[in-house]
Amino acid sequence: MIIFDKVTKRLGGKTVLNEVSFEVPKGETFVIVGLSGAGKSVTLKHMVQLMVPDSGTVRIGDDIISAARGTELERMRRRFGVLFQGAALLQWLTVFENVALPLREHTKLSEEEIDRTVREKLRLLNMEDAMDKFPADLSGGMQKRVGLARAIVMNPEIILYDEPTSGLDPVTSRLIDKLIENLRKELGITSVVVTHDLHSALAIATRIMMIDGGEIVENATPAEFIQSTNETVQRFLESQYITRRGAWEKGMEKHV
Amino acid sequence: MIAPFKEIYWYLDLPVRSFRRLGRIILVACHDMGNALIMLFSATLYIRTLWKPRARRETAMQLYVTGIKSLGVITVVAFFTGMILALQTGLELRRFGQEVNIGTAVTIVMIREMGPFMTGLIIAASVGSAIAAQLGTMAVSEEISALEVMSINPNRFLVMPRLVALAVMMPILTVYTNILGILGGGIVGSTQLGVAFQAYLDNATRYAENKDLYVGLFKAFVFGIIIATVACYQGLSTTEGAVGVGRATRQTVIISFLMILIIGYMITRLFYI
Repeated sequence: MIIFDKVTKRLGGKTVLNEVSFEVPKGETFVIVGLSGAGKSVTLKHMVQLMVPDSGTVRIGDDIISAARGTELERMRRRFGVLFQGAALLQWLTVFENVALPLREHTKLSEEEIDRTVREKLRLLNMEDAMDKFPADLSGGMQKRVGLARAIVMNPEIILYDEPTSGLDPVTSRLIDKLIENLRKELGITSVVVTHDLHSALAIATRIMMIDGGEIVENATPAEFIQSTNETVQRFLESQYITRRGAWEKGMEKHV
Repeated sequence: MIAPFKEIYWYLDLPVRSFRRLGRIILVACHDMGNALIMLFSATLYIRTLWKPRARRETAMQLYVTGIKSLGVITVVAFFTGMILALQTGLELRRFGQEVNIGTAVTIVMIREMGPFMTGLIIAASVGSAIAAQLGTMAVSEEISALEVMSINPNRFLVMPRLVALAVMMPILTVYTNILGILGGGIVGSTQLGVAFQAYLDNATRYAENKDLYVGLFKAFVFGIIIATVACYQGLSTTEGAVGVGRATRQTVIISFLMILIIGYMITRLFYI
């Protein structure tokens, strides 16, 4: 579905991605983990051409998105929904208007149909009551849920999540996790999640890839990932109190 | 390298390094100017979408922000500009017993130069900086990226309404500035210089030509486009968080002021010599 072929990106004289190659299969929840500055968000941005690689290609199915321009790029981007780290809601629009924006811009739906679709998506995220509020009146978690409603309102094939649970309380984090999982199970949506939160990653991922210093150090199923012998992976697991011997076992029963 | 030679080398290399730095500044300026013109061209092409309800609503909002919300400061500045002009020219003309001619002096200076110039400076400082700050904040909080991945072109969604609003409002506000400036001059004339208000007005309309008004309004229109282009470009290309937003705002005011001065001179040169 998403294929990175020897992608290299340099920013400010530093190599952020160094000949990175991997594939995200259709219908999977692919989680990218790593330390801050490892190149996770840069990888995500290449998938929707918010960044262009210095060398290598990024393909979405048969489309080479890294080389696309104009209307071709717009067509490819419509296959995606993106939840940004800070939700990135337009501050002068209400919650309803934010979620309705892609529908109003790209479809010929009547206002009644738009109203119904937006309410349905907001209900899915328990945000229907906040429909008339402005983003500034919402908490960080609520903004993320609205951002997610906007990301799924056009029923995209692929959803990208940039740190979907960062800054959220554990209850809201699990709600978002559950939603990502449901989108895969019920609608077969391909998801790519960038996160620091390994607990969340292990709960939702069908595959986990770790990036460090612009290179892939591990790309495995969750079960294989926690058993990895790679030192960087082990240090990362231990930093979140997850060890190979199973100090964190509860959520892993389904994988091990 | 031995220390003294190192120092000598540093001085010898100074012109090369300075030249290199100058070259880099010129390259960056050319690159920015090119990108800003591409943005302007793209936004101009999107004016055809102005009939759509969302674009109409956003443009109306920008017209309101640019026009109505700027009226207060423009009123004060225009009035006092006219008063200062009348007082300064009146005091000089009084030495020759010609104070009755302040009407002509104030009117011609206002409609040819000071009207568009003062309006341009006020709008660049108030509306231009606000546009740069708003778009800059949107850029650093990934709202612009969100628009892009939703396949919503920021040039259509954000730049076009601001461009139209400034290009339309600048000439209208300039007419308002001209009227208030001339009125302010008349009040100073009648209260401080002993020129009857009617005589001032008769004198004001005697020598001013239609061409003066049209050229002044053309300048205002061009200044509107300059402010919108500089503010939107600086805002959309903001990076590095709050510091970047501050930098974009400051750059917008500085570049707009400089361009208003330079382009203003060039238009005057074009039409009057």
